Amino acid sequence: MCLAVPTIVTEILDNQQIMVSKGNTRLTVSSSLLQDIKPGDYVLIHAGFAIEKINQQDAKEKLDAFAQLDELYKE
Amino acid sequence: MLVKDKIQLISKKLHNICNEPISIMEVCGTHTMALAEHGIRTFLPESIKIISGPGCPVCVTDGTDLQKAMKLASDPNNIITTFGDMLKIPVAGKTLQKFKNVKIIYSPLDSLKIAKDNPQKNIILLGIGFETTTPLIATCILQAREENIKNFFVLPMHKLVPPAVDAIFSTPNITINALLLPGHVSAITGWKYFEPITQYNLSGVVAGFDPLSIMEAIYLLVTLVQAKTPKVLNNYPQLVSEMGNLVAQQKVAQVYTTTDVVWRKIGIIANSGLRIREEYQDFDANRQFDLEIEPLEEPKGCLCGNIMMGQCNPNDCKLFKTICTPTNPIGPCMVSSEGTCAAYYKYL
Repeated sequence: MCLAVPTIVTEILDNQQIMVSKGNTRLTVSSSLLQDIKPGDYVLIHAGFAIEKINQQDAKEKLDAFAQLDELYKE
Repeated sequence: MLVKDKIQLISKKLHNICNEPISIMEVCGTHTMALAEHGIRTFLPESIKIISGPGCPVCVTDGTDLQKAMKLASDPNNIITTFGDMLKIPVAGKTLQKFKNVKIIYSPLDSLKIAKDNPQKNIILLGIGFETTTPLIATCILQAREENIKNFFVLPMHKLVPPAVDAIFSTPNITINALLLPGHVSAITGWKYFEPITQYNLSGVVAGFDPLSIMEAIYLLVTLVQAKTPKVLNNYPQLVSEMGNLVAQQKVAQVYTTTDVVWRKIGIIANSGLRIREEYQDFDANRQFDLEIEPLEEPKGCLCGNIMMGQCNPNDCKLFKTICTPTNPIGPCMVSSEGTCAAYYKYL
């Protein structure tokens, strides 16, 4: 039910809609749940809506989880 | 390091450090399927048990709600719109797919287009889903108000994850040590939403749905359990922030308020559902249609309720694989593609 797919924003359309693409598939979805979307942003799509931006910067470095995993992979 | 090497490394480390039994519950249908499909359990030592909780919204939709949907579908003046998952759930020998005026939609927004194209019909969207899906349906109601669409309604069946977790961990003798937290629910709510689980001495880690993200989360959970330091960590930072999607949360709060609802085969859980606020009652199918329903008798012998509460697994149910199969589902966990019984039948 909560299946969602990462896509890239290719165009900002009217009426809080955006064009997104993944591979050869292009789709118009609602951007009404997000602010400040621009072409090139990566967004997660769920049932015709972009529900969250995907952070391309590695935000992991700020987190406790990252430190523990980093230590594990260095072993 | 390659992903497969990281997974092997975590697997080896877990075999080295796990001496005591640890039970981890997941509360997301997509995790149920990912764990089974990728064979994650085969990488874990026997001491780690993964249990599926009530994470499939289709499985926990009460028979009364489905009967209401069928009552609405039996009126030729109505068109029911819904995600395809809802069509095959049997209630009192019937399913929604038997009705001609039930339309499968990809997006809840499709319902608004159907409403505009069929002004003489009532379009009723089944408001199913957890926190990930609820903002989408709230947006439809807000848009219908803005565009003055009078023939669009929602039958709310929404559920919230934390009250179900409270219900599970308020029962005595529960032996679960940690929670694998749902990635896409958390994208909307933020990971801090789950921090109250620490009151049950539980740790939680938010995980994505690829095998490595899940294995990393299991490793983190084991270290938290062993350190006896209950905490919630986020291992899906690409998508999940501390506070989540505030726009989505605001739309949900504008349209809905919490209410007690029945979870199928589990019972009433306080404040675990959402009802439409009075300001938006024009769109509330519960208020706009006569939906009196006779109480429903559930199938005998089905253990879906105990399975979703983490008290047993599908192999403990006498109906599983004997008379309850994907082609002849008896309980809701076998019907849904993300149900625990469906996952066990297909992969385990």
